[in-house]
Amino acid sequence: MHRRLFTGAALALTAMVSLTAQPAWAQKKVVMGVSIPAATHGWTGGVVYWAKRAGAELEKEIPGLKVMVKTAGSASEQANQVQDLATVNQIDTLVILPFESAPLTQPVAQVKNKGVFVTVVDRGLTDPNAQNAYVAGDNPGFGKVSGEYLAKAIGGKGNVVVLRGIPTVIDNERVDAFNAVMKEHPGIKVLDAKHGNWNRDDAFKVMQDYLTRFKQIDAVWASDDDMAVGVQKAIAQAKRSDVKLVLGGAGSKEYIKKVMDGDKLVTADVTYSPSMIADAMKLTARARAKGDPLPEKTIIPSVLITKDNAKKYYFPDSPF
Amino acid sequence: MSQAPIDTVVASPLEPDVDAGAAVRRPLARRFGRQLVGARPLIGLVLVCIAGQLLNSDFGAWDNVMNVLTRTAFIGIIAVGMCFVIIGGGIDLSVGSMAALIAGAEILLMNALAPHLGSPVTVVLTGLAAAVAMGVLFGLAHGLLITKGSIEPFIVTLGTLGIFRAVLTWLADGGAITLDGTLADTYAPVYYGSLLGLPVPIYVFAFVAFAGGFLLNGTRYGRYVQAIGSNEQVARYAAVSVDRVKIVSYVLLGACVGVATVLYVPRLGSASPTTGLLWELEAIAAVIVGGTVLKGGSGSVFGTVVGAVLLSVISNILNLTSIISVYLNAAVQGVVIIIVAFLQRGRR
Repeated sequence: MHRRLFTGAALALTAMVSLTAQPAWAQKKVVMGVSIPAATHGWTGGVVYWAKRAGAELEKEIPGLKVMVKTAGSASEQANQVQDLATVNQIDTLVILPFESAPLTQPVAQVKNKGVFVTVVDRGLTDPNAQNAYVAGDNPGFGKVSGEYLAKAIGGKGNVVVLRGIPTVIDNERVDAFNAVMKEHPGIKVLDAKHGNWNRDDAFKVMQDYLTRFKQIDAVWASDDDMAVGVQKAIAQAKRSDVKLVLGGAGSKEYIKKVMDGDKLVTADVTYSPSMIADAMKLTARARAKGDPLPEKTIIPSVLITKDNAKKYYFPDSPF
Repeated sequence: MSQAPIDTVVASPLEPDVDAGAAVRRPLARRFGRQLVGARPLIGLVLVCIAGQLLNSDFGAWDNVMNVLTRTAFIGIIAVGMCFVIIGGGIDLSVGSMAALIAGAEILLMNALAPHLGSPVTVVLTGLAAAVAMGVLFGLAHGLLITKGSIEPFIVTLGTLGIFRAVLTWLADGGAITLDGTLADTYAPVYYGSLLGLPVPIYVFAFVAFAGGFLLNGTRYGRYVQAIGSNEQVARYAAVSVDRVKIVSYVLLGACVGVATVLYVPRLGSASPTTGLLWELEAIAAVIVGGTVLKGGSGSVFGTVVGAVLLSVISNILNLTSIISVYLNAAVQGVVIIIVAFLQRGRR
């Protein structure tokens, strides 16, 4: 009751403020909880960095906005956390990057039923009714953009090996889209695709074994910048000069720097930026403060980074 | 422990003593007997290697064999240390996280020292010494908590498993800690260099294995480790300084983790929160597959080395072939581990 009254008052105030047209932001008070996985590898490290950064920026930008960023080490910890955010911290807005889809669907649905606005990021929930909005990276696009660049870079013919991530739906979507592009180029042969689990060490071993097995490899789709590190080390160790291209992905600062500096093997990268959490937070907070609706689904496209545009995507402060 | 039936108390502690007595009289026979402990996993390894060669003719190529042995070095060296801890009736779940933290701290230290110490060689040598020293300190902490603190090894190392990795993640800000350019070049030969055609890590691995074998079978300390694992109470009655022997085992394991990390760092020149993930399970698996009894008392360093090589050969073969769905790789590894363990059954 109180909240509704308050919202009414806020709306009235909003109307008055927008009439006097001073700050662009209406004065609806928003308490936003942000729940993300803990920084256990490069990409989630980036997510934590971007979430904190966006939180600070937004609090400055929107008066009355309060942002709480919480990280969780497992799905069950995150489920507890979501409950705490709703009951203890009294949030009215939740931006969540679920650890896993299925176990978090129920807890998030319960919070939404209490009247909290929910934006789900990247990893979806199993029931879309548990969310108000969905903001995600473009996984099929990631595979497609990578495939198209790689095919063009090696002139439509040659031998390609692929390193896959951890067996997940995300990985399947990327690899399927990549393979679909490869099918359009009969001159390209995909020799094999093994799991490097988005991990440098595993990628190093898988690449060593690829190099033992295949005498001629023209390009490697490492599909991730962490894995590309291991791949490059294995190539250097084997002193192989047949590989002309190593294409990573996700847009780590290290690899974007390589693209900027004109590295011989790393000529491009494809974004799947952890900054999507920041985009989701900004979209949600701004819409909520204004009282605007948020589109049900926002897809943040995967963009090809080459020497020309690399500067725009280079963030030396980020841990990723 | 004190309620143990009298026949166990008499029977098990005697075994190492009988062995030791036999050692004086028939050293050759004893050595042969020890080798047999490792023979069954060796048979497993030979069978897997034959299968590998049949599946891909490049399997037996010199470069591939060197790749596999070099990458086994990390787990292998840790497993040798783990072998002592397990034979002594303990366990260490933290070695993967410990390796990750040591790697991260070593890189940070070297990066910080680089502007002050001038010569990159000095910096790298300092880094190496610091890594091993950290391992020794962590091992000492484990040993003290377990013996003087009377906490179960499982619990102590489960705790440090979390602590070590969390501290690394914090140091790395969730990203990666990377070695600076010139240092990385100076350090690289420690992993990538070779002497007389054999990569450096293989020498270190061999040295650690021989030293471990000698320590376990040729010294009083080794016999004490086996006695404690066999029956701690009786070992205590026999005036074995149980606490000290245990602490030494954890310190040795810590030193092994330090040495493994020293070899690991130049491989990728960086440490991240995924570094050394699940190494503890791989090392324990290598020890057990190699014929050491998980509840302690007996085991062999030779078997452990064979076990470690066996595990990495399996994943190598899976990478060299594409018969089985990539989703089933872990299943194949699991099946082989269980088969080899099955070959070991009946030994206690």
